[in-house]
Amino acid sequence: MRLWIPFAAGAGALLTIASIVGADWDLPPVETVGVGYPGSGMVLVQDVEESAALAAANVPPPSPYTPDPEGERASEFYENVQVLGDLSVDEFNHLMASITEWVSPEQGCAYCHDIENLASDTVYTKVVARRMIQMNQTVNADWTDHVGQAGVTCYTCHRGNPVPENAWSTGAPEPAPAGGMAGYTGSQNRVAEVTAYSSLPHEALEAYLLEDRPIRVHSSTALPTGENQADIKDTEWTWALMMHMSRGLGVNCTACHNSRAFNDWDESPPQRVTAWHGIRMVREINNAYLTGLAPVFPDNRLGPEGDVLKANCATCHNGQLKPLNGVSMLEDYVNSLTRKISTEVPDFESYRPGETELLAPGSTSDAGPARPAASSYAAAE
Amino acid sequence: MREYQNIFTAVQLRGPIEPGIPLPAGDSPRTGQGGVEYWFGKIGNAQVGPIYLGFIGTISIVCGTIAFVIIGLNMWASVGWDPIQFVRQLFWLALEPPPAEYGLEILPPLQEGGWWLIAGFFLTTSVILWWVRMYRRARALEMGTHVAWAFASAIFLFLSLGFIRPLLMGSWAEAVPFGIFPHLDWTAAFSIRYGNLYYNPFHALSIVFLYGSVLLFAMHGATILAVSRYGGEREIEQIVDRGTASERAALFWRWTMGFNATMESIHRWAWWFAVLTPLTGAIGILLSGTVVDNWYLWGIKHGIVPPAPDLWPDVADPALSGGTQ
Repeated sequence: MRLWIPFAAGAGALLTIASIVGADWDLPPVETVGVGYPGSGMVLVQDVEESAALAAANVPPPSPYTPDPEGERASEFYENVQVLGDLSVDEFNHLMASITEWVSPEQGCAYCHDIENLASDTVYTKVVARRMIQMNQTVNADWTDHVGQAGVTCYTCHRGNPVPENAWSTGAPEPAPAGGMAGYTGSQNRVAEVTAYSSLPHEALEAYLLEDRPIRVHSSTALPTGENQADIKDTEWTWALMMHMSRGLGVNCTACHNSRAFNDWDESPPQRVTAWHGIRMVREINNAYLTGLAPVFPDNRLGPEGDVLKANCATCHNGQLKPLNGVSMLEDYVNSLTRKISTEVPDFESYRPGETELLAPGSTSDAGPARPAASSYAAAE
Repeated sequence: MREYQNIFTAVQLRGPIEPGIPLPAGDSPRTGQGGVEYWFGKIGNAQVGPIYLGFIGTISIVCGTIAFVIIGLNMWASVGWDPIQFVRQLFWLALEPPPAEYGLEILPPLQEGGWWLIAGFFLTTSVILWWVRMYRRARALEMGTHVAWAFASAIFLFLSLGFIRPLLMGSWAEAVPFGIFPHLDWTAAFSIRYGNLYYNPFHALSIVFLYGSVLLFAMHGATILAVSRYGGEREIEQIVDRGTASERAALFWRWTMGFNATMESIHRWAWWFAVLTPLTGAIGILLSGTVVDNWYLWGIKHGIVPPAPDLWPDVADPALSGGTQ
């Protein structure tokens, strides 16, 4: 009796069952919504139950009340109000109460403030929050090409968490390659959550949302001219960014592209233009607002390589094509969050948590759209 | 009535083990004595072995094993020699070709793709030696060499992807990684980079021959099984001595589609479809990036892309209005 045959057949059957049951399928009902010309195959595929659950989980909280824009200014009433000084006292307190609900509902005011002296800058989170308010204002004022009239608030990313759930930091997935002579991966060929569990390059966020690696790989002529040096590896990098966007927004390629010609703008839905601005917006958020805060954060708020936690598409979108179901929260925050009131940046290097009572705004101010500090791709395009 | 309605082979011949014809001088002896295995008999011949490995076959297996081990150890090293992660991430892991800056350097640093070239060398040697072995075994049996030439067609596609096209493009970085998902990602990225392989006519031909092969295989297999109650599986005799099985099969296809292949020609159909699948595919690969850089635009130029109505006339490339890229 040859026992190995039933054993081998059993192992094969088990493996087959495991790969079918273990895979993360979208169970029916799955809905497809056409977005392009009939017959072009441009459809959005949505798991109905998952979409409903996401919609229910992404309902924005109501504003606590409608503030009165009249009355004394916050800068006259309170000390050390650097960014929100020209709000009314009522608007100022309304925003403070909202931020507590959005960012630190459990920890309360003391998460950012020294309760003995609310004006003091000794708690590092207050310094961070001030910079984040400036960021929020910049996004709503300068990036309407991406956020439209819906805009963003702290809640868009924070969702009641002091640290937004979908933040990222630099570094390769664990365990690291062995080093030495073997194990070359070209920054890919690992399970990478950030690229939707594909084996595509896992450092795509560093390359595109921090640095400005060229995204375009296609040639604009039918025949080679020698100008386009992008190779298949470059294409995999671009694809990795696209997989991140696809997963972050819960959409397939056809949300932004006619997949018969990915590069052709004439055949692309308008969402692609929105996304194009979004990539540049996140790049500015990371370079102009987040990385500069590195000296302020304690070690437990930094990534394993000591870098600041950063934003990507999923930070705001949280799996939805439009964050918070596309509902705007700005109605009661027009004065506080939709215009750039003060763009001055303090010297974060000089900040000492627990000691610095007043981190004075510096003379430098945000100048125009931010460019990455050091670009290794400067000559590329 | 029911005996031919079987998924598995219904007849198993049992007799003395057939060792094969005497081997010519200079050939190594066959390995093993051969034996009978009931379950193999269910899907083919019940006799297993003896096998002829010979010098070339042995070298081929050694080279193939070296390549396999190099690839496996590099995959394992890429997860820091962690055995659990090696198993869990196995389908994601790969041995990646060197980056573009090394061009066609014969041996880039081992930690930057050098192992890919070494593994590729041994794998290619192994495959080519296996081809030589197939050719020589066919000649030793005084057969035609059709199997070897069909195999050569597949080898040509393999070499086009991993060797000839990288040579033409001037960079090993153009080649395929050795890995399960990574080589599939590479394939899709190849299509994306060159403006959608769907509009590459040789890719289209390759698909025609691939699906055509499947169709022919199904038609032929079904026809022969359907007439096996009349001895239809004795195809070779029926080429020259048409029996009722052959007559009925021919009549069936003439009734249903007006034309029929013969017991001989159906095998020529199948062989050519199979051989042309990788051959046309390889041509399509070799033309991409060397002769054509964007197949979609090439398709527009030659009128094979149906025009799409402009649903979103306001959408324009934002980089044209002062953006960065």
